[in-house]
Amino acid sequence: MGNKQTIFTDEQLDAYQDCTFFTRKEILRLHGRYQEMAPNIVPMDYTKDPDVKLPIQLIINMPELKENPFKERIVEAFSEDGDGNLSFNDFVDMFSVLSEMAPRELKAIYAFKIYDFNTDNFICKSDLEKTLNKLTREELTAEEITLVCEKVIEEADMDGDGKLAFADFENMISKAPDFLRYKNCLKNYQMFFFYMFCCSWKDDGLAKC
Amino acid sequence: MCVYERELLVLIHNINFLFLSVPPTPHHDCEDEEESEKEKKVTAKTRRGNARGRARKDSEEEEETRTAGQRRQRNRRAQRKQAGNEDSDSDEESCKNKKNRANQISKQQEPNEDGEDDNKGGRKGRGKNETKQEKKPDEKGKKEKDNKKKKDKKKKGSSSSDSDSEEEPITEEELAKLKEEVEEKKKLIATLRNKPWQMKKKLDVLKEAQLFVEKFEGALGKGKGKKFYAYKVMMTKKWMKFQRDFENFKTACIPWEMKIKEIESHFGSSVASYFIFLRWMYGINMILFGLTFGLVMVPEVLMGKPYGTLPRKTVPRAEERTAMNFATLWDFSGLAQYSVLFYGYYNNQRTIGWLKFRMPLSYFLVGVGTIAYSYMVVIRTMARNANEEGGGDDTSFNFSWKMFTSWDYLIGNPETADNKFASITTSFKEAIVEEQENRKEENIHLTRFLRVLANFLALCTLAGSGYLIYFVVRRSQKFALEGLDNYGWWERNEVNMVMSLLGMFCPTLFDVISSLENYHPRIALRWQLGRIFALFLGNLYTFIIALMDEINLKLEEEKIVKYNMTIWEASLYNGTIPENATAPPIQVDPADVPRGPCWETMVGQEFVRLTISDTMTTYITIIIGDFLRAVFVRFFNYCWCWDLEYGFPSYSEFDISGNVLGLIFNQGMIWMGSFYAPGLPAINVFRLHTSMYLQCWAVMCCNVPHERVFKASRSNNFYMAMLLFILFLSTLPAVYTIVSIPPSFDCGPFSGKTRMFEVISETLENDFPSWFGKVFSYASNPGLILPFILLMVLSIYYLNATSKTYKEANLDLKKKLQSVRMP
Repeated sequence: MGNKQTIFTDEQLDAYQDCTFFTRKEILRLHGRYQEMAPNIVPMDYTKDPDVKLPIQLIINMPELKENPFKERIVEAFSEDGDGNLSFNDFVDMFSVLSEMAPRELKAIYAFKIYDFNTDNFICKSDLEKTLNKLTREELTAEEITLVCEKVIEEADMDGDGKLAFADFENMISKAPDFLRYKNCLKNYQMFFFYMFCCSWKDDGLAKC
Repeated sequence: MCVYERELLVLIHNINFLFLSVPPTPHHDCEDEEESEKEKKVTAKTRRGNARGRARKDSEEEEETRTAGQRRQRNRRAQRKQAGNEDSDSDEESCKNKKNRANQISKQQEPNEDGEDDNKGGRKGRGKNETKQEKKPDEKGKKEKDNKKKKDKKKKGSSSSDSDSEEEPITEEELAKLKEEVEEKKKLIATLRNKPWQMKKKLDVLKEAQLFVEKFEGALGKGKGKKFYAYKVMMTKKWMKFQRDFENFKTACIPWEMKIKEIESHFGSSVASYFIFLRWMYGINMILFGLTFGLVMVPEVLMGKPYGTLPRKTVPRAEERTAMNFATLWDFSGLAQYSVLFYGYYNNQRTIGWLKFRMPLSYFLVGVGTIAYSYMVVIRTMARNANEEGGGDDTSFNFSWKMFTSWDYLIGNPETADNKFASITTSFKEAIVEEQENRKEENIHLTRFLRVLANFLALCTLAGSGYLIYFVVRRSQKFALEGLDNYGWWERNEVNMVMSLLGMFCPTLFDVISSLENYHPRIALRWQLGRIFALFLGNLYTFIIALMDEINLKLEEEKIVKYNMTIWEASLYNGTIPENATAPPIQVDPADVPRGPCWETMVGQEFVRLTISDTMTTYITIIIGDFLRAVFVRFFNYCWCWDLEYGFPSYSEFDISGNVLGLIFNQGMIWMGSFYAPGLPAINVFRLHTSMYLQCWAVMCCNVPHERVFKASRSNNFYMAMLLFILFLSTLPAVYTIVSIPPSFDCGPFSGKTRMFEVISETLENDFPSWFGKVFSYASNPGLILPFILLMVLSIYYLNATSKTYKEANLDLKKKLQSVRMP
């Protein structure tokens, strides 16, 4: 009982459940995970909604995000200030959007944000180059990169302005056969997260709620 | 914040717009009272303003809202004049508007914040309002009647929630609007999680919406039905809560989630797809087990005649000595053969126990139900998967998809990530090369040659293994004819062993062969699956054919036994009958009664044995092939002359295709055998349970990620299709034996009948009124069934045709959409 009381109030948990795709247990686990990253900064007690943010370095060094080539972008896209510092709210938000139950449209919005490196609301050539370099660890030659970027724009750019607007992106990605799966993966990924690293830590507390 | 201000402006515009179209309310004249009422209304305003304020900014104080509300009102009036609206009786409407405002806001928010810029959203919202206004009069008329009635109560309800009882008259439109508004808010709450907003904003909006709903929901009852309304609201809340709890409970109930996620992160989704399939299979088997266990085995144990009362329930005298030996039990004969695990144990008594449980009927229906349920589940899953896949046939985004969707987000392991990076790079390079359309030409002949060669080799292997099995089966029949007692362990288990060995080594061989072909791993996996499928299928059908031969042998044996039995009985009576014709039948120990060979139990035993040996082979393969190899590589690497870890033996990769097929064929065996061995699902559940743990452990501890990590996209339905095929193949022999072979005369629930399905007609005769039997006999007339089947075929044809046309229309529309978007 005590454990449950000290982290969130019931109203908070209900509110989180309304705002995200998570169950109560998952939210508690997320909190555990969040708290674990910086035990001396993040309080256990979240009933008063403390204003705590974790820097991007901590978040992207989580074992699960570590291997992701777009880790910085993912975190930045979800941070309130755009610099990648995540409050707990942002943290929950991130995983909610990435979750399996989140609809395609919502995911496409955030996927667009992730790939839009310079945050100008368009995926332009430089964004594509960055994406490609991250995906291949800069193992392609400059000509190859240009070729691929040109091809991508040629394929997906509907209005012919040389960059991908959100509509282009959505149109393209919603037709991808792997899109669903790709998004599912995001979910699984995040699920894995709780289970791997939060279980031992929180289980006695969770058992009670 | 400027965004909010802009929003507000848009809002004000909308309200202005609204004025023009809302008809004045007849019995509510604000004009004179406006000033005097202002003070009173402030509280009401605060209420709504407050709610709205929270949507904007949490920090707004109550006082500020109040003044802000007044300011806004003034603003509005000024603007109205500026806009030159012809409404002179503006006060009345403004009065109304105050109440409308919250409504407008809630409507306004949605389009505004859907990620588009404010102006556009505003315009859209305005458009919405216009249409709404047109709709409103209809609604009003409908609601007018009951609104009048409930007005008083409403006032009470709303004022009671406030501390100071203000005299606020509420009109019908308002109520209707309020109601609409509450609905709107509720909808907002339900869809909040789908909004691409910051969490903070979501929380605030949620809080505001919840407060609003809570406050005004109570006021929305219908006259006398208010209590009922409140009750309904409460129940809805409770129901929601229950649903949420249930959802929580359900996710907590999914087993092995964590294990699978862990594997997923290490090996990518392709390996995990096997484990998910395994878990799904486990679920199905649990249900099959529940059916057979609950409806067949338990009733028989509880209510049937106990062991030793009947010949069929007793170990025969000759076997009594060895009945409890481990070797015998391991072979599922002896005591195990005469237990509820097998068909032969069941009695043909029509009803058992005080419940009058129809045992034979239940047995038959469970057998049929198992198969029907499996069909249903497999097909349903396939349909669902097919739905999810929908429309990914457009290949015009080759590079874009590679760019944006190729990363497998499950990967959390550096090694796998390295492999993934490498494979993405390769795939890009391949695509570039293809794009440039050169260099490919010189290789194509070699590749083609290699592929043909590979297929030839694979065919040879298949043919060889087929012949080997045929040979072994013939040999074993010869052994069986001569009597097995003269032979050792190997001769007795030759068929099983050969099949297991083939199952173990042929996939490896295929793997080697497929490395010649140089396919993309996803396609290579398909080929591999197809080849192993053919191999297993051959094995399975040879096994079945051998089994059929054996059944025929047993049937002949049965005839002889039957004949001997009459002689034996006669001899028994001959000795004692002269004394008294009405003497009770002679008591013979059931173990001494001669009995027939009960082919059903034999079939069941064969399947159980096959399952067990299959399981054993899998486990031993895992332990030797994965674990010992890994141990060897790991520890001998220190003192070896070449690098074992990266050189020749290396660690093993997880063999997805082999494992999936093993699982599928095992399931086929269960489907075939479970009619004759009700204990088989139980054994299978146990097997799946242990193999889940063993394989999870093995894969995490001794396997390395695939060199070319690929996503297991859509192969799930491929597995399902194979499963369906196997299900079909395995129902064929089962149904054939049920329908066309007479059951044994002295064992099993159907003994004494000429065919097993006669149990149905027997039940119809005895347990249903006679007219029902008549109707049934008419219905089962071929004259009726044939047209019915014809109708079904036709309807399938029709549905198929329509679905095709729909698909075409869909494609057409897609093309049109494309061409519309293009310019």
